[in-house]
Amino acid sequence: MTPLFRLVSKPWIWSWLAAFVVWFLTIMVTLGASTLGLSQAALTFAAFSVIVGIGQMFVITLGPGNIDLSVPATMTLAGTVALKLMNVENGLILSGLLIALVIGLVVGLCNYALIKALRIPPIIATLSTSFIVQSAAIWTNRGLRIKPPSVLAEFTTSNTLGVPNVAIVALLISLLAWFLLEKTIYGRWISAIGQSMPAARMAGIPVDGTRFVTYLFCAVLASVAGYLLACFSGGAALNMGSEYLLMSIAVVVIGGTAVAGGDSNVPGIWGASLFMFLVVSMLNTYGVGAGIRLIMTGLIIISVIMLAGRRAGMR
Amino acid sequence: MDEVLKAVFAVDGAKVNFGAVRALDGVTLRVMPGECVGLVGHNGAGKSTIVSVINGGLTPHEGSVASDGERLERYGINAARARGVRCVFQELSLCPNLSIVENTRIMHRDLGGFGWRKRAAKIIEKSLDTVFSGHGIDSGRAVGDLSIAERQMVEIAMAFSDAGIAPRLVILDEPTSSLDASLARQMLDHVRRFTATGGSVIFISHILHEILETSDRIVVMKDGRVVAERPAQGFDHHGLVEAMGTVARGEGGQRSREQSTAPLILSHQAKGLPFAAREGEIVGLAGLAGHGQTELLLALHAAHSGNWLPERDPLVTFVAGDRRLNGVFELWSILRNFSIASLGDLSRRGLVLANEEETKGADWKRRIEIRTPDMDNRILSLSGGNQQKVLFARALATRARVVLMDDPMRGVDVGTKQEVYAIIREEAARGRTFIWYSTETDEVRLCDRVYVFREGRIKAELAGDEVNETNIIATSFEGVAV
Repeated sequence: MTPLFRLVSKPWIWSWLAAFVVWFLTIMVTLGASTLGLSQAALTFAAFSVIVGIGQMFVITLGPGNIDLSVPATMTLAGTVALKLMNVENGLILSGLLIALVIGLVVGLCNYALIKALRIPPIIATLSTSFIVQSAAIWTNRGLRIKPPSVLAEFTTSNTLGVPNVAIVALLISLLAWFLLEKTIYGRWISAIGQSMPAARMAGIPVDGTRFVTYLFCAVLASVAGYLLACFSGGAALNMGSEYLLMSIAVVVIGGTAVAGGDSNVPGIWGASLFMFLVVSMLNTYGVGAGIRLIMTGLIIISVIMLAGRRAGMR
Repeated sequence: MDEVLKAVFAVDGAKVNFGAVRALDGVTLRVMPGECVGLVGHNGAGKSTIVSVINGGLTPHEGSVASDGERLERYGINAARARGVRCVFQELSLCPNLSIVENTRIMHRDLGGFGWRKRAAKIIEKSLDTVFSGHGIDSGRAVGDLSIAERQMVEIAMAFSDAGIAPRLVILDEPTSSLDASLARQMLDHVRRFTATGGSVIFISHILHEILETSDRIVVMKDGRVVAERPAQGFDHHGLVEAMGTVARGEGGQRSREQSTAPLILSHQAKGLPFAAREGEIVGLAGLAGHGQTELLLALHAAHSGNWLPERDPLVTFVAGDRRLNGVFELWSILRNFSIASLGDLSRRGLVLANEEETKGADWKRRIEIRTPDMDNRILSLSGGNQQKVLFARALATRARVVLMDDPMRGVDVGTKQEVYAIIREEAARGRTFIWYSTETDEVRLCDRVYVFREGRIKAELAGDEVNETNIIATSFEGVAV
């Protein structure tokens, strides 16, 4: 097997290839003048998708039917409550992060409690939680837009050595996720559960414990993303999470993770997140109208999934 | 050439390769009308591959197939069905979410049109009544709700059913492995009736006396070749085993150790008599297939393993019988499939130690001879029997004191069985407890003590010399406590 062939047979290569092609087409319009700006913007916006996408990927890896639809609402609630608590004071940054994490844990707990105790399918359980969480966000926020503490606003919008800080945070989280999946017992367990729950059970895996932790992990990552996004965009808005519902699932699928579960991959999430941002900016650069832009975004996503899906089928 | 003209089906010099593995190496096989051909051989000898060639699922890379003297150039599954070739597979192939009637409709394409349900029900019920009279299976039930034995019965009846195209050649691949003795007998009787009326059968089984008494001619395969082919009278039990290339080791014999003094390790209030197992004991669960033995094993497993917290020292481990349902992880390599249950011992602070995992895998590969060049190959690259060995190794490699076995030897060849029996005896002598559900009397006789099940209850307990075929059959039918 040649190195090239091995590279082509990786499921994440397609999302990276697509991201690169779109990036190249976009900078060619300005003949390279916008290269740095575009790349930094892409990394910044991709970072948020990466963080929520990784959480969603863990849940999807648990097998058919597992999905977390409460991601957007969790982001919104974590963002609003954290900003309200910090009240523009730099001294309360850590408390803000802590409250965001606690919100994530509580949402994850509610999700799995509904799934397990009431035996509701995850898609409906997490959707119901999401309504409650979103209402809680509306109730705490009451339409006010509180600014983030200055240090945090500065941190989330600036770069270190030319790389956006949020992208560095996302990279660290990705490394952690990769480590969990590839090197730990927990990673083996979720992959086993995703392939066959009865077999996992009979192999002595604590199935409920593992699934519970995974739903917690997903919700916590969503709340971290919400916290960062609220600081980045200068305040929490009630609809700030909405685009991340589709986004979190799309980056998982485009990234080459098996939708049927049991097989996940972290690099693909990055390729897919960059791609999702770059497609929109490419169409903007080419001056395509809003309606056409949405249609084309949809078509491009479908074609990448088909390409990646066919490869996966041939493996 | 005359033979080829008359043969219902003839394969000439078929060669099939799967990557580096040569599955068939020039096999020539003829099936005459009114003949039952017995096909025996080890796991991985190429039996399932030759079946796939005959039923149109595989095109041989070399060689030809012919039917009724006509060479078939474009042969496939549909062409095979149109010629009346039917198959009963080792891995059950019915759709579990559909009813028996609906499955019949899928099998027989021409059944469509208005009122197909009625016609399909009539066809399958007629066939079930013919093959397994007094079966008591309602054709409106979903296949998923049937026990594994009932599913197998439906599958067999399906193959013999006639909806326009009459079955001419029926291939039975391990059909009796999940049936108990009386059902197997009914099926074998039907095979005789079927061949008497001119039908042909290819019969694959690891249960040699079935092959010997049912077949007209026996073909022995080994490493993708036919190594012996004779009329059935030309073989006896010993000769057959020899031809397959295994030296029959003497019956391990009844174990005679006194165990009643060993400490109790497990007890359970089952329905009927109470269940208990002692250290180092091999406890058999017998009775007709699907009478509550698997349920007891599942209950024991559920009662002694955690669903929420990881356990470093689980008391029980489980060897699956239905390996597709609760055995293998299909996306994974052989090594990962093997190590999943013992990761606790192969890790430090939650981190899997790749080196130790590999060493342990290589160790067990040698110990129970998993036939693969590389433990990193995917689990599905192994033949069924070798997959079962991996599951067995998975359980034995754990620290669990009690091994629960859900008829794990289904479809495993004689040689492998002997090897595994030896390992079981050795491990039991070291103090491990085995709780073993088996549908084969030979295996039940290896146990120290046997619980016999009937209708979901433990009806009898046999120990020592009482463990024999007569007693087991008597208690499983009449329910008289011995």
